[in-house]
Amino acid sequence: MKELLSQHVIYWLIITLFMIGLFGMVYKNNLVKKLMAMNIMQVAVIIFFLVLGQKAGGTIPIEIHGLEGIENYINPLPHALMLTAIVVSLATTGVALAFLLFIERRYGALEEDEMLRRMNQ
Amino acid sequence: MREQLPALIIIAPLLVALIAPLISCVSTKALRVVVIGTLLVSCMSALSVLIRVLSEGTFHYQFGGWAPPWGIEYVLDPLSSGIATLISFISLVVIIYSGPFFNGETKLRSGIIHALYCLLTTGLMGMVLTGDIFNLYVFLEISSLSAYALIASGGYKATVAAFRYLLIGTVGASFYLLGIGYLYAVTGTLNMADLVQKLQPLMDSPVIFTAVAMLVAGMGIKMALFPMHGWLPDSYTYAPPPVTAFISGVMTKVSAYVLFRFFFYIFGAASGPVSAALNIIGWAAAIGIIFGSVMAITQTDFRRMLAYSSIAQIGYIILGLAIGNTFALIGAILHFLNHAVMKSCLFLVAGGVKWKTGEHAIEKYAELSRRMPLTMGAFLIAALSMVGLPPTAGFFSKWYLVLGAMETGMWPYIIVIIISSLLNAVYFFRVIEHVYMKKATPEMKIPEKGGELPVAMLVPIVVLGAGILIIGILNEPIATQILQYALPGGTH
Repeated sequence: MKELLSQHVIYWLIITLFMIGLFGMVYKNNLVKKLMAMNIMQVAVIIFFLVLGQKAGGTIPIEIHGLEGIENYINPLPHALMLTAIVVSLATTGVALAFLLFIERRYGALEEDEMLRRMNQ
Repeated sequence: MREQLPALIIIAPLLVALIAPLISCVSTKALRVVVIGTLLVSCMSALSVLIRVLSEGTFHYQFGGWAPPWGIEYVLDPLSSGIATLISFISLVVIIYSGPFFNGETKLRSGIIHALYCLLTTGLMGMVLTGDIFNLYVFLEISSLSAYALIASGGYKATVAAFRYLLIGTVGASFYLLGIGYLYAVTGTLNMADLVQKLQPLMDSPVIFTAVAMLVAGMGIKMALFPMHGWLPDSYTYAPPPVTAFISGVMTKVSAYVLFRFFFYIFGAASGPVSAALNIIGWAAAIGIIFGSVMAITQTDFRRMLAYSSIAQIGYIILGLAIGNTFALIGAILHFLNHAVMKSCLFLVAGGVKWKTGEHAIEKYAELSRRMPLTMGAFLIAALSMVGLPPTAGFFSKWYLVLGAMETGMWPYIIVIIISSLLNAVYFFRVIEHVYMKKATPEMKIPEKGGELPVAMLVPIVVLGAGILIIGILNEPIATQILQYALPGGTH
């Protein structure tokens, strides 16, 4: 059971999360919802990397006295990489929100069809 | 000092990006001097590194003295240092040109635009020089984020285009990140040279297949490969002209370079999943070439026409990779160089006309040859080069591509190249006709200031226009002295 969960189910969950994100970006009309869907997709990628670093029975990668051998510690590198990816995601969201503020101020709408209609007038 | 030059290429613009808004608060003139000086330093160090690499062979620079595969190293081979030189040169030329455009800006805005511009240069050069695939992702995002913000500085419509680009671009970056996640999962390394060793026994596994598919999807979006080009026309049309000139010149091509690096240096082009992927993107590029050219013909806005033509032109580079023999790869890299110079030149001309007359529609270009002879002379050279007439540079890259396709018997690609050259001729001769032959109608607005562009704008245009002719005439030494060593397995 544990094996099934850690070897298969978790990856299907990640794929589902990624697809939910992609679906939302394509089909949602509201630009803020599109942005939220983009964040969901990024979180799926982040979880994927964290799963790569995970080990059954492993603990945090700080040397504990008396506990030797790499099998007792989880791999810290994916976590370090994902810290960077989270910062990137934060920056992207910030830039996107700034754009949305700007768009809302000019066109008074964040629904995509309404905004495009006012833009082309 | 000489050992540290490679770091200077990246770090000089990065540092200036940090302090640019502060300098701008003191004086915008000082800011321009500092930014141009920094990009000049960056360009000169890239050039000196290129010369050194050509004579002494590939050079590895370890950041902070940490040895790979744990530390991050920069790999300076003839290909990466050559392209870094090209990027810093275009960046330098465009920033000189942008002076009159940003004259009217407030101090803060000017500072931020210059800072973003330096960051964009840093990101693109980092992508080219790095030898670490995660570091490449970080630089990809640095360049993308600064590009989104720079595009959005063109006004409200540009902001909408930039928002779309941001969404699509982030999907591309996520795909790339997933791709390197798969590679990391099977090899446990992020260093390119180390990957080459560790991937060899694994090439037939489905994980590599997935990773290749993810990389193609990610980089395909970033380089606007047909059918993932949707973000490009609006972004190029509404962004401020200097920004478009720089982005169109090098940004999409750096993503093509990343794909080249992955396919030909890390995976090896002959292996199963890569040759399948190259075949698919080759056909996508072939359709994209025809599609982009046809769409370019239907446009009435000069910038939009150039944007669609960019979608077609990135196809030539991918076509070269897909054919994959020596001639075709030389053609692809030569086209990388040619297209960067001629498309930047054309967008600079478009920006100059807009600055002078406030018009972008092709039909308003009538009689410009008499009012701006030098600018339009550069335009004529660039347009003929896009069509591919000798002795301009554009002819030779197409020539190498056709030679490569003939060698492997890929006749459909040759037909695509010929048809697209004819279509290019159709839409560029239409503009040339307006510029050189049409009489201006009386109701058309004649600029009071009249005459040529200011020197700061004219010099970059003329330099790039002359560059096209020089590259065309010197194509043989370039191919045999530089490009030959830039091919996989060609280092000495």
